[in-house]
Amino acid sequence: MIYLDNAATTKMSKAAINAMLPYMDEIYGNPSSLHTAGQRAAEALADARERIAKLLGCEAKEITFTSGGSEADNQAIISAARIGERSGKKHIISTAIEHHAVLHTLERLEKEGFEIELLRVGESGIISPSQIADAIRSDTCLVTVMYANNEIGTVQPIAEIGVICREKGVLFHTDAVQAAGHLKIDVKELNIDMLSLSAHKFHGPKGVGVLYARNGIRLVSIIEGGAQERGKRAGTENIPAVMGMVAAFEEASAHIEEKSARMICLRDRLIDGLSEIPHSVLNGDAEKRLPGNVSFCFEGIEGESLLLLLDDKGICASSGSACTSGSLDPSHVLLAIGRVHDIAHGSLRLTLSEENTEEEIDYTIGAVKEVVQYLRSIYPIWRDLGSGKKEFIIK
Amino acid sequence: MALYSEKVMDHFRNPRNVGIIEDADGVGEVGNAKCGDIMKIYLKIDKDIITDVKFETFGCGSAIASSSMATELIKGKPISDAMKLTNKAVTEALDGLPAHKIHCSVLAEEAIKSALKDYYDKNGIEYDKKDFPDCESCGHCCVTGT
Ligand SMILES: Cc1ncc(COP(=O)(O)O)c(C=O)c1O
Repeated sequence: MIYLDNAATTKMSKAAINAMLPYMDEIYGNPSSLHTAGQRAAEALADARERIAKLLGCEAKEITFTSGGSEADNQAIISAARIGERSGKKHIISTAIEHHAVLHTLERLEKEGFEIELLRVGESGIISPSQIADAIRSDTCLVTVMYANNEIGTVQPIAEIGVICREKGVLFHTDAVQAAGHLKIDVKELNIDMLSLSAHKFHGPKGVGVLYARNGIRLVSIIEGGAQERGKRAGTENIPAVMGMVAAFEEASAHIEEKSARMICLRDRLIDGLSEIPHSVLNGDAEKRLPGNVSFCFEGIEGESLLLLLDDKGICASSGSACTSGSLDPSHVLLAIGRVHDIAHGSLRLTLSEENTEEEIDYTIGAVKEVVQYLRSIYPIWRDLGSGKKEFIIK
Repeated sequence: MALYSEKVMDHFRNPRNVGIIEDADGVGEVGNAKCGDIMKIYLKIDKDIITDVKFETFGCGSAIASSSMATELIKGKPISDAMKLTNKAVTEALDGLPAHKIHCSVLAEEAIKSALKDYYDKNGIEYDKKDFPDCESCGHCCVTGT
């Protein structure tokens, strides 16, 4: 099996698994308990918080453990909205290509009377810092822009946006779920006020993540109950998952440079290979993209058929087509970068890990070429396109 | 993948009756590329019997499997049988489809009806309009799309 869906989730690293085991076995106490068993768990949790803070360049007390990226996004945005509301600021700036964890939270606030402004991205899938500067008003309470996009892999100018927001005194949140462990992140250097990350995107366990919130930003609880996480996140802490996350994050962060150099090589080899397919187009900027992300649209192709046939060839991939999303509309990200419905249905996302090899990439290029050619041969529209009855959209 | 039954996967991987009939007696096309589904059915009809049928389908796995199964179900059959083919029969023959994929079997039924209507129209054969519900009316396609 060739696994090329690392943006969906990753395989856990041995380090992460080994870091978890003792906390399912010997050190199983509840960190809120007073006894020795509980205190051992509490120490581990405190240690984990320190280590995560060190990796992000912040203080331990600025770290809140959550159930993952979605919860961290929800909590960051709701908290910023509540802070803004108190001083009558109800304008929020974001982008059209955010993850649904952000977009749906913003929709909820919109129903409450917040004004949500989603900045448009061009075909490159990248917003410009000046768009942010122009959009900020005196009643803006939050700018939330994802660090890197999960579908098309584009990396946003986070440092510049951070400077603008800090200068204008507006809170800045970034969904760094796809970036953490793959790009170097220092929240202080980048002027980030709040950041979300999720362990399962960098070889850690699923169902655990982090919300970083700068000192002084008052978080609002999303989950009510006990006083865990300084009263900001109720529920007995998932210590094994937290320990796995820390180990995975440390491992990923230690080798970012070599890892990304290698992955960029493989990524560009894959991009070059797939570009040879007639009437295909790369989605997202060719350079400002995650080291492991390859996203294409093939004209006259339906994504689900493509995925099923690739799966038959042992390749795990993903697509933003409507049929794979379970709705009638293709991915909002592909539509936002100007891919029309017909084209967005024919999307293919291949996301690499450092474990992939050159042989796997070459095999995948061959397999995609073969499958695309076969599917086009059984599709009625392809003949219409070929005969000139219909015009190609992708030249 | 466990999303689909073995039957669906078989008809998806090895679709029966793919292709075109140059001198078809009836051709029907339903769906559109914007929705991600297009089905085109070609019929060869001799003395009320469907002697040959071919299809071309642009769409997801279940769309291709539904077209393949539907063509198998009407091949060699009298027109009257083909007229009675329902999406339910196609779905059952495929050992079921996921709920959000049922529209693919509806599309297959409509494509066949549309090809039969074309045959009737071409040959000046009278028919009851009620037997050919307007495809647009079912609303499963991207009626809300832009
Ligand atoms: C950009 C982005 N944000 C948020 C999430 C949600 O993270 P989680 O699955 O940990 O809730 C994901 C993962 O699907 C993502 O890619």
